[in-house]
Amino acid sequence: MAALGDPTRREIFERLAAAPSSVGALAANLPVSRPAVSQHLRVLKEAGLVSETPDGARRVYRIDPRGIGAMRDWLDQHWDRALAAFKDFVETPEDPAE
Amino acid sequence: MTIAPVIRTVAVKASPERAFEAFTAQMSQWWPKDHTIAAKPFEAVVMEPHVGGRWFERDADGTETQWGKVLAWDPPGRVLLAWQIGANWAYDPDLITEVEMTFADQGDGTTLVTLEHGKLERVGANAQALADQLGNGWPGLLQMFADYAAA
Repeated sequence: MAALGDPTRREIFERLAAAPSSVGALAANLPVSRPAVSQHLRVLKEAGLVSETPDGARRVYRIDPRGIGAMRDWLDQHWDRALAAFKDFVETPEDPAE
Repeated sequence: MTIAPVIRTVAVKASPERAFEAFTAQMSQWWPKDHTIAAKPFEAVVMEPHVGGRWFERDADGTETQWGKVLAWDPPGRVLLAWQIGANWAYDPDLITEVEMTFADQGDGTTLVTLEHGKLERVGANAQALADQLGNGWPGLLQMFADYAAA
């Protein structure tokens, strides 16, 4: 699962971290279409990262504090990438930056 | 509730001393550039080499964003770090998840590097506690995050 691997989803997640928001409000401030935002929100929701609550006719999305499973998945991928980069760096014979 | 730790191992063609140094003192040179919690790209990732030392990123303007701290410093075999970043992508001084790194000489010119990132359930406990405290107050709760984003 790469819910936060996508830059736009990461951006949406960060915006919801700053304040709960509707699809329309998110789309108005992002260079992606409203259906695209909806799709990203669906992925984030399935990942346990955000939850939605009805507010009249619209739905408000907010960060789900129980999104720990998704956080763990992000870390899982993060450490994969970080350690691969670490290995490449350690095994490079000459260190051009030093 | 306990969450399984994230465990990763990687064998590197280097001595434990070299691997330890690269991991702790030269993180700026290999840490993925997009793995940051600050508003701007980092210029350096710094881990102060002693127990209680800070672990943070610094951008080109000199702004520092804390990630955690050093809990145990036993070169070249082991370093235990506190990763203090919550599910809201913000540094939280009250949250301590643990990243334990060990560097084991395998006797064939390689070092087995093992990472174990545990105590992850504290992320959820912490988030839930804050959420309970503030009701649905995520906007206020995450002001700290917004401050980072606007910095």
